[in-house]
Amino acid sequence: MSAGKRTIQFKLNGRDVSADVVSHWNMVEMLQGEFGLTGARESCGLGLCGCCTVLMDGKAVTGCLSLAVLADGKDIETIESQEIDGTLSAEQRAFIESGGLQCGYCTPGMILMTKKLLDENPNPSDDDVRHYLSGNLCRCAAYPEIIAAVHRAAELRCRS
Amino acid sequence: MAMQTTIIGQSIPRLESNDKATGRAEYIHTMRLPGMLHAKVFRSDTPHGRILSIDTADAAAVSGVFGVYTGEDILKVMPVPYYGPAFHDQPILALEKVRYVGEPVAVVLAEDPHIAEEAAQLIYADYEELPAVYDEIEAMTSEATVHEELKPAGMFPDLKHLVGRRDTNVALDYHLRRGETEGAFADAAHVFEHTFRTQQTMHTPLEPMATLAEQREGRLILHSSSQSPSFVRIEIARLLGWPENKVRVRVPFLGGGFGAKVYIKTEALAAALALLANRPIKYAQTMEEQFYTISKHPSTFRIKSGIDESGKILARECEVWWNGGAYADIGPRVTQKSGFTAAGPYDIENVSIDSYSLYTNRPPAGALRGFGIPQLVWAYESHTDLIARELGVDPMTFRRQNILKNGRPQAVGTTLVDTEIDGVLVELDRRMNWSGPFGKGEGTVKRGRGIAIGFKASISPTTSMAIVNVNADGSIIVHCSTTDMGQGSDTAMAQIAAEVLGVGVDKVIIIHPDTDVTPYDMSTLGSRSTYHMGHAVRLAATEARDKLAEMAKELGLPEGTNAPVDELFRRKYGMQAGNVIGSGSFIPPYKPTDHDTGQSSEATPYWMIGATGVELSVDTETGHVVIDRLITVADLGTALNPEIVATQLSGAAIMQLGFTMTEEMVYDRGQVTNANLADYKIPGFFDIPSIMENVVVEAEQKSGPFGAKGVGESGTFGVSPAIANAVDDAVGVRITEMPLTPEKVFRALRKSAGQPLEEA
Repeated sequence: MSAGKRTIQFKLNGRDVSADVVSHWNMVEMLQGEFGLTGARESCGLGLCGCCTVLMDGKAVTGCLSLAVLADGKDIETIESQEIDGTLSAEQRAFIESGGLQCGYCTPGMILMTKKLLDENPNPSDDDVRHYLSGNLCRCAAYPEIIAAVHRAAELRCRS
Repeated sequence: MAMQTTIIGQSIPRLESNDKATGRAEYIHTMRLPGMLHAKVFRSDTPHGRILSIDTADAAAVSGVFGVYTGEDILKVMPVPYYGPAFHDQPILALEKVRYVGEPVAVVLAEDPHIAEEAAQLIYADYEELPAVYDEIEAMTSEATVHEELKPAGMFPDLKHLVGRRDTNVALDYHLRRGETEGAFADAAHVFEHTFRTQQTMHTPLEPMATLAEQREGRLILHSSSQSPSFVRIEIARLLGWPENKVRVRVPFLGGGFGAKVYIKTEALAAALALLANRPIKYAQTMEEQFYTISKHPSTFRIKSGIDESGKILARECEVWWNGGAYADIGPRVTQKSGFTAAGPYDIENVSIDSYSLYTNRPPAGALRGFGIPQLVWAYESHTDLIARELGVDPMTFRRQNILKNGRPQAVGTTLVDTEIDGVLVELDRRMNWSGPFGKGEGTVKRGRGIAIGFKASISPTTSMAIVNVNADGSIIVHCSTTDMGQGSDTAMAQIAAEVLGVGVDKVIIIHPDTDVTPYDMSTLGSRSTYHMGHAVRLAATEARDKLAEMAKELGLPEGTNAPVDELFRRKYGMQAGNVIGSGSFIPPYKPTDHDTGQSSEATPYWMIGATGVELSVDTETGHVVIDRLITVADLGTALNPEIVATQLSGAAIMQLGFTMTEEMVYDRGQVTNANLADYKIPGFFDIPSIMENVVVEAEQKSGPFGAKGVGESGTFGVSPAIANAVDDAVGVRITEMPLTPEKVFRALRKSAGQPLEEA
């Protein structure tokens, strides 16, 4: 296996960074190994569960299927960007208030997708939520509470 | 509620919510240690075979590979490398034989997990193929013998009779005899007999199982995604011949468990490798590998009932065969501890139960959210519905006529107390407006509704210990080995400690399991923690409270003083110094079941009750079933935290919905062909019923901490049969084998219309 390394430069959660990445690493391996960010995690390994969700130039991508080198020159945002100066985002607060989490493993992906949804559609219906989040799985099945959390987040965003 | 409480009964958000919402919560699968090596496993492609050779040369030659190890290497650090909670039958890496496709045979270590994985694919093994058996009924008489000799763990007196038993696939047989069934069947006006089957499924926790192992100061430290830290410590120490205190097991949060992470899973291999390589080891499974590690028992259940003219159930005969796969894991306990409830929550004078745990050449089966109960309820509640239908009696009325009530003995001989089985049915009746009108649909879409009720005993007897430490400023630290895998146990334990000590929950922190500092707990399983650990924490907090009162007395303060705790410490020690430590230990009363009759007057300290009501639509042109409404009603004693309780009920119900409608491990000659989330379909956002209701009946478990008992599994009990009963109500076909796929429903519809489809 050729393990050539390449230096890439990109924006990570608002800061300019660089990393030496092995060509076959995926985004999750790079975030965990080079930056100690564990909010995006591998689960199914097939891009089906959404636990590894990160935002690349504002688009949600599956970190387990995206090669790390693809981050070069891009703007990468992870769940760790959502808390600013100790203040949680509206989506994070809403998930806590609505009990939209159990084991918490899928939660970062759910929260990032909720942010994306509300950016596009500030007042989604239940059906809109189901469709938009359908690429994210929660084995604890906190689905009813997650839907409630999305509506709550929409309210909190409206207020601020 | 029996007593005034201020914190118990409050819906406090999970203590760790903030860490989970920010992605900071710690899980093992994302953990790294300096200098660690990744382990990648080479697995058997043969369902049953004698190992002739394992060629690791090509793998070892790959650049970047640290080492390649087989079962023979494990012997260097663990002379008898077989583990298991009931039987010591499972080798860490295969020795002499392989017994299922996917069994670990060899392992590669490398700093780069991709290199380890590539090298593992270059290992070759030759096997002399042996006859294999996959079906639990065939395993009873098959010529294929998975284990030549049974190896029950020495610590259980009730398994002693199995020592040395040879040439059988029956790992354990449990028999219950109550009354006299033969005569009762002869006297019965009606006799009904049916057979039901369940399929093999997997827990698929989204955090796959993982262990990191390292040596320090002559000790072994395991960081593991384990539901059973105390058991892991004892079992690894046993395998190594070490004292318990030389092994340390620590567990942060679990990304789901559901029974997959109980006992030994990835721990033994990681421990052995850390010693062999003398480097930190990370053995983190992929989602696929989890399917080769543990699963839920497939089962076959033959059930027969005799009914008198008035509709009373006179006798019930149950034969249950549990497909335990190649290694026993906790299967024998499922066979026995769940087996004794196989006749259902009914008051029946004459009962016989035969429950068999079978070895087959499939991946091992263990505990999965219900410990066998959902398989049993599937059968007895489908059967109950069929009887009512046949007799022309309303299924709710028939159940209520026969339901077991407080003061009456359950079939195992233990009298029911503080258990609202009938109350749960009454509430379900009310919620569903059962006697009211119900639209049966129009055209090609038909509607139906169904109910089912199940119950579960606690796994007994088991022990929990806890320590409550009061600091000099009055803040509280609770040490307990219950693992929080999403069920909210940290929050519940903090509420209990805070309630006893009269402080806010914000004054309490919970130390996560770390066997160096958290005392023994049997395991986080079987909905036992609220009751058992809840008591231990309550007792520990009570002792601490009493010691604080004693301290106040010593200081000459009047009884019942409201001097703040920090003031007490300052007065006693002259500064902010010192601790008050309370400890608590809890084991409920228990009497073992009699070997011949299966009877015990104290088989369980409490019963958990769960009922499900379903309204659904069946598309008769496709067989597609849509769940329109799903109601879960449970008796869990007093709800310590009502909102967390509700999420446990609905989460369990949705999980069981997956097992009922879509999930099934599919096989081709012993090989699981759908071991991934693309082909093995777990519930997603589109699978949730449009209306879900979670209802807790007013009840109090007087023996429980603040009246509480377990709840994590109750939502699973009734789901599967309620759906099958509702499908029957809608379109008049009966599905007896899970899952209820559209194809299965459509085939049944065509068959009932006299136009059966050809078998695929």
